[in-house]
Amino acid sequence: MTLAIDVAGLDKSFGDKHVVQDLSIQVEQGRICGFLGPNGSGKTTTLRMLCGLLTPDAGSGTCLGFDIIREADQIKRNTGYMTQRFSLYEDLTIAENLQFTARVYGLDRRAQRVDEALQRLGLTARRDQLAGALSGGWKQRLALASATLHEPRLLLLDEPTAGVDPKARRDFWDEIHVLAGQGLTVLVSTHYMDEAERCHEIAYISYGRLMARGTVDQVIAASHLVTFTGQGPDIGRLAHEIGARPGVETVAPFGAALHVSGADRAALEAAIAPWKQAPFAWTEIEPTLEDVFIQLQGQAEDNFA
Amino acid sequence: MSGSWATRVLAVMIKEVKQLTRDRLTYAMMLGLPVIQLLLFGYAINSQPRHLPTAVLVQEDSVFARSILGALDHSAYFDLVAQARSPAELDEMIRQGRAQFAVTIPADFTRRVARGDQAQILVEADATDPSATSGALAALASLPVQALAHDLRGALGPRGQGPAPFEVVVHGRYNPEAITAYNIVPGLLGVILSMTLVMMTSLSLTRETERGTMESLLATPVEPLEVMAGKLAPYVVIGLVQTVIILTLARFLFDVPMQGGWFGLSLGVGLFIVGSLALGFAISTAARSQLQAMQMTMFYILPSILLSGFMFPFRGMPLWAQWIGQAIPVTHFLRVVRGALLKGQGVGDMWRELAALLAFVCVVTAVAMARYRRTLD
Repeated sequence: MTLAIDVAGLDKSFGDKHVVQDLSIQVEQGRICGFLGPNGSGKTTTLRMLCGLLTPDAGSGTCLGFDIIREADQIKRNTGYMTQRFSLYEDLTIAENLQFTARVYGLDRRAQRVDEALQRLGLTARRDQLAGALSGGWKQRLALASATLHEPRLLLLDEPTAGVDPKARRDFWDEIHVLAGQGLTVLVSTHYMDEAERCHEIAYISYGRLMARGTVDQVIAASHLVTFTGQGPDIGRLAHEIGARPGVETVAPFGAALHVSGADRAALEAAIAPWKQAPFAWTEIEPTLEDVFIQLQGQAEDNFA
Repeated sequence: MSGSWATRVLAVMIKEVKQLTRDRLTYAMMLGLPVIQLLLFGYAINSQPRHLPTAVLVQEDSVFARSILGALDHSAYFDLVAQARSPAELDEMIRQGRAQFAVTIPADFTRRVARGDQAQILVEADATDPSATSGALAALASLPVQALAHDLRGALGPRGQGPAPFEVVVHGRYNPEAITAYNIVPGLLGVILSMTLVMMTSLSLTRETERGTMESLLATPVEPLEVMAGKLAPYVVIGLVQTVIILTLARFLFDVPMQGGWFGLSLGVGLFIVGSLALGFAISTAARSQLQAMQMTMFYILPSILLSGFMFPFRGMPLWAQWIGQAIPVTHFLRVVRGALLKGQGVGDMWRELAALLAFVCVVTAVAMARYRRTLD
């Protein structure tokens, strides 16, 4: 087992905001690791520290075997980083953007590589279009093409599919899995549960701290969360009332059903007891990843807010 | 729709004021700059310079000669700074710009005054900037009558009455007809180059930051000096094209004389273009937005026009303002351009100015590299 990312004790503050606290994370080579957490939880900061765009205040470790502090240059050469906001040149064409990337990384067979990348992403017909004129989905494909042009061994993706339609998202993830199959390690931040489930493993971070780590099943199991789903007429209207009762950590309407979760089984059963009769019907279900994350977020708020 | 037009105007106005107060630097610049500039330029600018450096070549050691020099020194316009030992040395002093005036008192001066035989002294003025010398030259008119008043007594008494005992021959060197364009047009080269070049590169990094492309650029292996060189190179070509256009127009529209000094001029132009671009780049490492970069550029351009000797005679400024002027590259570049075109100065004559420009390039590049952030910290 080779670790592509192996960092420990990362710390980063901006002013008096402690954005990342004592964060340790390992990702095995060739794995796709989903990086999840609420807005402002330190995901972007962590990704930036891993690729040398930010210097950690404390902590140490390696990316691809290179020291993240001393060998940032080597890491940059072997890492593709796709920023949250489109950060290629909007006033250059698609082909010109890729040519620029190819030159900056000093690649050989430049024209050929650019042509191949255009073809692989289905951008050949649009090669002379200005990048700024592209729609969100195409911009994202271009950004991925640019980030992988130099054949990196590590890919850091910062919410790559925000604002992209479902079909483009699916294509994007297929491409990511192909790349991982070739041995590329991917760390991808996202807010989408379906995307999290497409990852080999996930890491959940909140308030700059790592809260959960493992495969989706492991994370769900480790949460010890109990979830009941209730059916009944207008059960959605009860959400507020049930949510206020002790032992209930999350309540979420799902269509005509209501998911009620809590870590303490007895307390949770007591909470829904008043409605445990017709016309309402309750069954215990496997908690979803979303239930777990919302619970984790609540815990983090309790601990650090 | 509810609410009157006044409410909506107020809404926009309040938003505008709030945004303005968030941008503290802009606020400070809008209030602070006018005050600084008013004080700076108000005290510094003086279009009637006095105490101009004057070199003398005295070919006879006599009472009369000493009296004339004394009178010059007392006039407030002339400061005797050097004694030349030969006409060649005197010529070099004025060509290199170390002296604004060169005064020659010829060998037979006393004898000619005594005889009433067309005694003359020669005053050569560096007239490249006509406005710098006009006041002093006007003051020379009274010199012949007053300078020797005390000496012409006894037997020489009659020489003190009637027509002036001697004549001052004034020779305006380099620009004898005192054509302002000869001085202004070469100077414009420096001002136009600074305005365009500094402004262009001052936006170079802030534009990347504002558009978000900086994050991608920093994630690549490109080094700071490589970014700088790559960003500056196209503008070097643009600067050279500008120079050729301006000099061509100067020659054919304004008949600006071109005495030569092409090698020195080329060196100066090259250093100045690179220096201006590097300064712009340094500004863009410090500015947080394109607006700030433009404001900082203006902060540089104004003294470049007002304190460099472009618009007002450099020697007319108080000493502290001259010190500021010395730190502005345009000052040195103007001397190179005017020296080469109007005086035919060679590299040997202008090496101090070239060295100053080279130092500027080095310092500004070092500052830019030190300020360039390789991370987003």
